[in-house]
Amino acid sequence: MDLALAPETLARWQFGITTVYHYLFVPLTISLAALTAGLETAWVRTGKEKYFHATKFWGKLFLINIAIGVATGIVQEFQFGMNWSDYSKFVGDVFGAPLAMESLIAFFFESTFIGLWIFGWDKLPKKIHLACIWLVSTGTILSAYFILAANSWMQHPVGYHIDKTTGVAHLNSIWQVLFQDTAVFQFAHTLSSAFLTGGAFMIGIASYHLRKIKKKKAAGEDVDHKKTVTLRTSLRLGLVVTMIAGVLVALSGDSLAKVMFKQQPMKMAAAEALWETQCPAPFSIFSVGDVTKGHNSVEIELPGLLSFLSDRNFSSCVPGINETATAEAEKYGGAPEDYVPNLFITYWGFRLMIGIGLSAAVAAGAGFWLTRKKKWLLPEHQAAEDDVPKLMLTNKRELGPTITQWGWRFGMASLIFPFVANSIGWVFTEMGRQPWAAYGLFKTEDSVSPGVSQTEMAISLGALTLLYAVLFWINVRLMKRYAVKGPDTDEQPPAKDPTLRGPWGDDADDDSHDDSDKPLNFAY
Amino acid sequence: MGLNDFWFLLIAVLWTGYFFLEGFDFGVGILTRLLARDRTERRVLINIIGPVWDGNEVWLITAAGAMFAAFPVWYATFFSSFYLLLVLALLLLIVRVLAFEYRHKRPEESWQRNWELVLFASSLLLPFLWGMMFANMVRGVPINSQQDFAGSFADLLNWPALLGGLAFVALCTVHGAVFTALKTVGDIRVRARTFATKATVVALLLGGALLIWIQAERGTAWTAMALAVAVVGLLGTLAMNAKAREGWAFSFTGVAIASVVAAIFLALAPDLMPSSLNDAWNLTIDNSASGPYTLKVMTWVAVIMMPLVLLYQGWTYWVFRKRIGPQHIPADAH
Repeated sequence: MDLALAPETLARWQFGITTVYHYLFVPLTISLAALTAGLETAWVRTGKEKYFHATKFWGKLFLINIAIGVATGIVQEFQFGMNWSDYSKFVGDVFGAPLAMESLIAFFFESTFIGLWIFGWDKLPKKIHLACIWLVSTGTILSAYFILAANSWMQHPVGYHIDKTTGVAHLNSIWQVLFQDTAVFQFAHTLSSAFLTGGAFMIGIASYHLRKIKKKKAAGEDVDHKKTVTLRTSLRLGLVVTMIAGVLVALSGDSLAKVMFKQQPMKMAAAEALWETQCPAPFSIFSVGDVTKGHNSVEIELPGLLSFLSDRNFSSCVPGINETATAEAEKYGGAPEDYVPNLFITYWGFRLMIGIGLSAAVAAGAGFWLTRKKKWLLPEHQAAEDDVPKLMLTNKRELGPTITQWGWRFGMASLIFPFVANSIGWVFTEMGRQPWAAYGLFKTEDSVSPGVSQTEMAISLGALTLLYAVLFWINVRLMKRYAVKGPDTDEQPPAKDPTLRGPWGDDADDDSHDDSDKPLNFAY
Repeated sequence: MGLNDFWFLLIAVLWTGYFFLEGFDFGVGILTRLLARDRTERRVLINIIGPVWDGNEVWLITAAGAMFAAFPVWYATFFSSFYLLLVLALLLLIVRVLAFEYRHKRPEESWQRNWELVLFASSLLLPFLWGMMFANMVRGVPINSQQDFAGSFADLLNWPALLGGLAFVALCTVHGAVFTALKTVGDIRVRARTFATKATVVALLLGGALLIWIQAERGTAWTAMALAVAVVGLLGTLAMNAKAREGWAFSFTGVAIASVVAAIFLALAPDLMPSSLNDAWNLTIDNSASGPYTLKVMTWVAVIMMPLVLLYQGWTYWVFRKRIGPQHIPADAH
């Protein structure tokens, strides 16, 4: 059978495509849920209109996004059984538990309270309505935790034993599975990059509008002041979130890397294209490797840095690909090269993930300084509350017009960065684990469903890819439409805070109320 | 009763919950073509399930997750056996979510009509596919000694599967019609009742035929009882519907759906998926289960979480208890 169409290859492509696609929406869902909740909290506490409009605006984008995230998440749960039935049988006892917990504890929560939030604006008292979006946010974060705990188990299996007669993995300790260091650091890294994504998303869209408003003003046209206020608040929120998240992404990434150096030395050697063990080991900035010869021909490196990244010590040894592969081949059988993942992907993926992710954070830091409100600004340079801020380098020096132009443009463009970094990060960590499905325990080639034919897999891969492509187009256009439209500043919150009467209350004659024919505040 | 049996029961309950809850929102989706006369009426229908369909769907995710955790072999073999049916189900599940969320996001009539068609088609085909899979599960599929599917897609296409599919669609349609009568006001409410009566007769025939086939195939005294209760449920629906007792009618269709799902699981027990090749290769409650530790952990989680889920989902239905009619549908916000 042609290798390119072997069921394993098809199943891997499907997993890769569906997972990366699903994960375009997940981080934005997680962060926008929390940011929308934060904005609604600000509205409930201060009563300021700008927070209401911001809540509605970002909430709408959040809902467009979560719909497709939820829809594509179902594929993730089903395809383990469909394409990877041998894997599922082998690990279900361990791996199934966090997945089932995710549904029972987190997903029910999220899906039920989101309905209440969408339709509940005029039905629930403000504070209960607010609680609903916080519960949605909690649900998304818990969901992420369980899924990442399951994934971490594939990266580093713990808390299990192998049954001698059946050869199947059995759970020993759920605590170890849920709270091993891999899971904790992976969660921290993933969650902070989710907020990096949401923050950059806010920066991008707010920059788009503020730049347009600035142009309109310069041309002497009327602008919607409420819109400016709402978006300026959003911009600042986005900048703060991205900046802080950027720092946390770096810190958690460093901790996760240290764990990985111990648990998956091959992945990290491959991430560096470090062929030979070195003491101390340099961090490679650029290299051109020759896989067949087992060494690199061109290298630009920072001496000792890799040792520090792996072990907090500038001189310690980092095992190379050759040594690690030989050791794995001795331990698990086969040839050393069977244990080397795709180096082009791991090496460049690792670099791009860090580079692109960090650029977004650094840009946000710069933006945070440049668009400040009052601090270190002469009074004449402080923009009015409803005005687009100038980009101020020092207390009296504004950036030149061309750089300012590019500054706003870069703000818009930075929206895309975290999405790219997130996708590459997952491709790196999953491909870097190959040939293993569960590291050191179960190989990907043994995981595929034996009962599913090549044709069936090809149909599944083709159909899902095609549908995903169409939906991507629809989703992006819809997102763009709503993002470009901007906040609806005419919208008013419900005039009176709705009360929630108990079943024992006086609402038995609900239909006789004066407002019983009043249209719904929101309807599909 | 051991933990294995408890989890078999719980998974049966989760699937029952799924068909009870999503059953009526499938039905309402089907009615957008069969009952609604204009765009506003279609929106009435969509909005009576608007706040709850998402929570309903999680019962499916949870049922599948519970199969994975408690009976990995069942999960693996079920999902790889019904491969192409599930691929289709996945495509439909995906577009159905978006039909709800995206339809109202643009004002163009063609956009909205297309998503309405998607909602109708997915609501019609999904129960059909589940019915096919469950009927096949009772009938037995080719499972080899390795507990793997050893057949082809053609093995899944048979008369009982067709009957299962049609019966599920009919039951969901009745359930949705009765739910519509319970949740709307005005003309559409009256028409929903009339429609429900006709649909119940069809469901009685198809559902009855499915249950009789199950009885003949793998019947026990218990499945006979489920059959009887299902018939009583549908007759009760007819009676209550005639008296315009909508709450009762809905309860009776609920009982009918629960009995059909119960009959399927009672017919299976103590097997999970019988093999059509050799009885020794059947997946059973004992040979497919996770170890006692996992089952114990998951039992704790389920025992704590399930009552909570029922409580807050129940509360949602209470918050949105008000009936909706065309007068409540706001003009497009665009």
